[in-house]
Amino acid sequence: MERREFLKKTGQALALAAITGGTGLLFNNRQKFTYDRLMAKTGDFAVPADSAFPGMALAKNNDHVAALNASLDAMGGIKRFIRPGDRVTIKPNIGWDRTPAQGANTNPVLVAEMVRLCLVAGAAKVIVTDISCNDPRRCFLRSGIKEAAEKAGAKVILPDDDEFVKTDLKGELLTVWPVLKPFVDTDRLINMPIVKQHSLSSCTIGMKNLYGILGGRRNQLHQQIDQSIVDLAAFCRPTLVVVDATRVLTRGGPQGGSLDDVFVADTVFCTTDQVAADSRGAEFLGLTGDKVSHIILAAKSGLGMIDYRAAGYKEII
Amino acid sequence: MTIATVRNLRRISQVVFFLTFFWLILKTNFQVNFNPANPDEITLPLPVSIALQFDPLTALGTLLANGTLFKGILWSLVILIPTIFIGRFFCGWVCPLGSLNHWISEFPSERARRKGGRKIESNRYKKYQRIKYYIFFFFITAALFGTLQIGLLDPLPFLARSIGTVVLPTIHTAASGILGWVKSFGLGPLSTAAQFAYDLMAPLFLTFRQAHFHTILTIGFLFVAVMILNRIFTRFWCRGICPLGAMLGIFSRYAIFGLQKNEPACTHCNECLLHCQGADNPDIGAPWHQAECHLCLNCQGLCPTSALKFKFLPEHNLTRTNPAPVQKVDISRRKVIASLAGGVALLPLLRSGDAFAVNANSLLIRPPGSAAEEDFIARCIRCGQCMRVCPNNALHPTLMEAGLEGIWSPILIARIGYCEPTCTLCGQVCPTGAIVELTLKQKVGGADITPNRIGTAFIDKGRCLPWAMAKPCIVCEEWCPTSPKAVYLREETVYDRRGNGIKVKQPHIDPDLCTGCGACEFACPVVDRAAIYITSIGESRSAENQILLQRKGIAQSNIRKG
Ligand code: SF4
Ligand code: SF4
Ligand code: SF4
Repeated sequence: MERREFLKKTGQALALAAITGGTGLLFNNRQKFTYDRLMAKTGDFAVPADSAFPGMALAKNNDHVAALNASLDAMGGIKRFIRPGDRVTIKPNIGWDRTPAQGANTNPVLVAEMVRLCLVAGAAKVIVTDISCNDPRRCFLRSGIKEAAEKAGAKVILPDDDEFVKTDLKGELLTVWPVLKPFVDTDRLINMPIVKQHSLSSCTIGMKNLYGILGGRRNQLHQQIDQSIVDLAAFCRPTLVVVDATRVLTRGGPQGGSLDDVFVADTVFCTTDQVAADSRGAEFLGLTGDKVSHIILAAKSGLGMIDYRAAGYKEII
Repeated sequence: MTIATVRNLRRISQVVFFLTFFWLILKTNFQVNFNPANPDEITLPLPVSIALQFDPLTALGTLLANGTLFKGILWSLVILIPTIFIGRFFCGWVCPLGSLNHWISEFPSERARRKGGRKIESNRYKKYQRIKYYIFFFFITAALFGTLQIGLLDPLPFLARSIGTVVLPTIHTAASGILGWVKSFGLGPLSTAAQFAYDLMAPLFLTFRQAHFHTILTIGFLFVAVMILNRIFTRFWCRGICPLGAMLGIFSRYAIFGLQKNEPACTHCNECLLHCQGADNPDIGAPWHQAECHLCLNCQGLCPTSALKFKFLPEHNLTRTNPAPVQKVDISRRKVIASLAGGVALLPLLRSGDAFAVNANSLLIRPPGSAAEEDFIARCIRCGQCMRVCPNNALHPTLMEAGLEGIWSPILIARIGYCEPTCTLCGQVCPTGAIVELTLKQKVGGADITPNRIGTAFIDKGRCLPWAMAKPCIVCEEWCPTSPKAVYLREETVYDRRGNGIKVKQPHIDPDLCTGCGACEFACPVVDRAAIYITSIGESRSAENQILLQRKGIAQSNIRKG
C-alpha cells in the first residue's frame, strides 16, 4: 500500500470513528423531553379563612344556576375567591364518555355558570380542564362541558402529553408525578366534583376528583387508595370546592350508564374545606363522613373537618 | 382544445384525485369539532370511505363473494361504464396509486440507464404485463367461491391501508421524535420554532393520539417495495400487478375510443415511447394494446408529425409495417385456465388449515357489528379504514391471527385500546359492510334489545391483585361500562404470607352482562399481561361461539344484514 493511500484510508476511518464516537457522546444521557421539568410550584390555592361567612353553604333549587349562586353568595360571593386579573382553573369531573343525564360528569350548566362568575369577578383567564379516563375528546364533547364552558368564555384544554409537568407532591405515597400544567400553573383553582358511588373508596366527591390532575399510571393508586387520596388533597388545596349534587350517581359508579342509578337531588354546595365537602356529599349516598375511610384519614391528617357544621353551615332550601 | 390542454387537464385531474383521496383518509378520524347538537350519537361529518366505493374491483369482488353491493358501492359504475367505451382512463386520470406510481417513476432524477434508448425500450409492451390478468382471474374466482382476497392487491384499499396504518403513523412518530430531539438541546428559540412547525402540521396530518399499529411491517414493506419498483420498471405495479387495471383492461374490450396511427406521417423518431405510461406500443410498427393504455395522451402530445391521434371510432389500417394495429387483451388461454383453477383451489386450501373454523383463535376479537366470520372474510377488503378511525387505537391489522385468509383484517387488541361503548365509528366507515353500523341502542342494548357483544372477559386469578397478592384493586370494576356492571365484587378476607387477614374485594364476571369491550383489560394495572382479558366467546356475530346455553343460535338477531 502506498503511503498516500494508507494515509487517506486511515484518515477516512478515523473521521468515521470520530463521527460515530461524537454522535454517541452527543446523545449520551439525553433525557426525553416530556416531563423533564420539575416544577417548584405548589398546589396551594386556598384563600384565608373569614369568620364572617359559614364554612359551607348548601342550596337546593331545581334551577341549578340559582342554586349555585345562592350557595356561593352565602359564602361571601365570588369576589371573596377571585381577584381581578387572576388566572383561574376550574376542574370539573369530565372522566367518562357519558351524557349529562347519566350523572357521571359534572353538570355542564354549573361549569358554565362558574366560568361566567369568574369572568364577571374580573378573572383574566378561565381554564376548564380534566384528565379523562375514556378518550378525552369524546368525554369533553358528550359531557356537554366543552360547549357550555366555551360559550361562557372559558378556555377548554384537552390534556396533551406535552402539557404535563413533573411535580413533587411531597406525599407519603405520591412523590414525583406528572401533573397537568394548568393545575399547578394558575392563581386560583376551583374543584367542581359530582357526587358518585365508588366500590373501593365508597364515594367519589371532592378529594377523589383530584385524581384527575395526575397523569401517568394512576390506576395503580388503587392499591392504597386512601393514602393516595389524602396525599393528593394535602398537595392540592383548591380555592373553593363547588359540589354538584344536582344528579347523584348512587350505583354503578364512577361511570354509571343507566338513568335508573341516578337520583335527582337538585343541590349545590360550596365550601373551602375539602374534608367537609366529602363528608357532606357522602350523605347523598346514605353514608356519613365518619364511615368513609379516606375521609377519616384526611381529617386525621389535619386537612379539614368531618363535622361540616363546626365552621358554620348554612342551608338555603 | 389542443392536446397540450388535455394533457394538462389530465395532470390536474391526477393531482386533484390524489389529494382528495389523501384528504379523505386524513379525515377518517374522530375530531372533536363535530356538531355537538346530538352528542348521543357521534357521526363522522363526511362520507370518508366514498373513494373506496368508487372502486369497480371492490364492487365485483364483494358482489361475487357475498352477493351484495353494500351501501354506495354502486358508485363504481361511474368508473366502470365509461371504461367500457373509452378504456382505462381511470388508471391515467383518477387512480391515486396510479398517480403516485406515475410520479415516482417519472421523478426528474431519472436514472441514467433509463434515458433515451433504454427508456424507449422500457416503455415497450412486455410479456410480464399479462401477469395482472392472471392475478385478476385468480382472485376473482376465489371471490366467487367465498374468500375475498382481492383487497390485498386492489389499489384503492392497498393505498388506503398503507397510508392509514403505515405512512401517517410513521410521520407522527418521526415528527414527535424530531420535536423531542430539537427540544432536548434546551435552546429556547429553537424549541419554540420546532414547536411552532409541529403545531402547524399537527392538525392536518397527526391524529389526536399517536396510533401504534400491530404487525404493520408487512404492509409497510409491500408498500415500499411497490414504490421502489417504479424506479426499476416504470409503473411496474400498474403494468404488471394491478388486478383493477386488468379488470378495466378487460372491460375496455369493446372501447370505441382509441389510438389512430397514421402510418405515412411517422418518421420513427420514437418520441411517443419516451413517456408512454401504459407500455402499450403507441409507435407505428408494433401492435397497439388497447387494454394496456392509460389514456395519458403523452404519445399524441409528443408526436412531432401528428401521426398519432386519439379518436372515437379510430380507423385501424392493417399494413405490412403495422402488423396488428390493435390488440385488446393479450393473455394465454392456458394460463387463464390455470389461474381460474388456482382461484378455485384457494378456498379449500386456506380453509383446510385449522384457523378458520375448527380451532378459531380465541383472541380474534372482531369490531362491534362485524359479520359472522365467513361473511366477514367475504366482505373485508383490508382497507384499514376501521383501524384508522378507531378513537382508541383498538383495531389493528392481523398478521396470522385470522389465518392466512384473514391477513390484515381488523382485530381488537384491548391492551392497546378497548372498544368505547358509545362509539360506532368503525361501522360507519367500513365500505363493504364487513362491519355494519350499529345504532347506539343496538350497541349498548336496552330493555328490549340485547347489546352487541364482541367477546367475554375472564379473570386470571394468578395475576389479579386481590385474588393472588392480597392487595386491593377494583380498577376493572370501575372501568366496566355496562350497567349494571358485568364485573362484580365480593368482599373476602385473604391472607398475606405473614398470615395477616386483609379484606379485599375480588372481581368476578357475569357473562350475561359482559359485552367484551375490553375496558377492564385495558385498565388493569398489571402492566404487561392484564389479569383480566377478553376472548371472542360470546360474540354476537357467532351462533356457535357461545358459553351460555340460552345464547346458542340466537346471535346476529339484532344486527341488520348489510
Ligand atoms: S373491516 Fe375494516 S379493513 Fe375491512 S373493509 Fe371494513 S373498514 Fe376496511
Ligand atoms: S372498535 Fe369500538 S371504539 Fe373502535 S371504532 Fe369501532 S366502535 Fe369505535
Ligand atoms: S383490574 Fe386487574 S388486578 Fe385489578 S382487580 Fe381487576 S383483574 Fe384484578
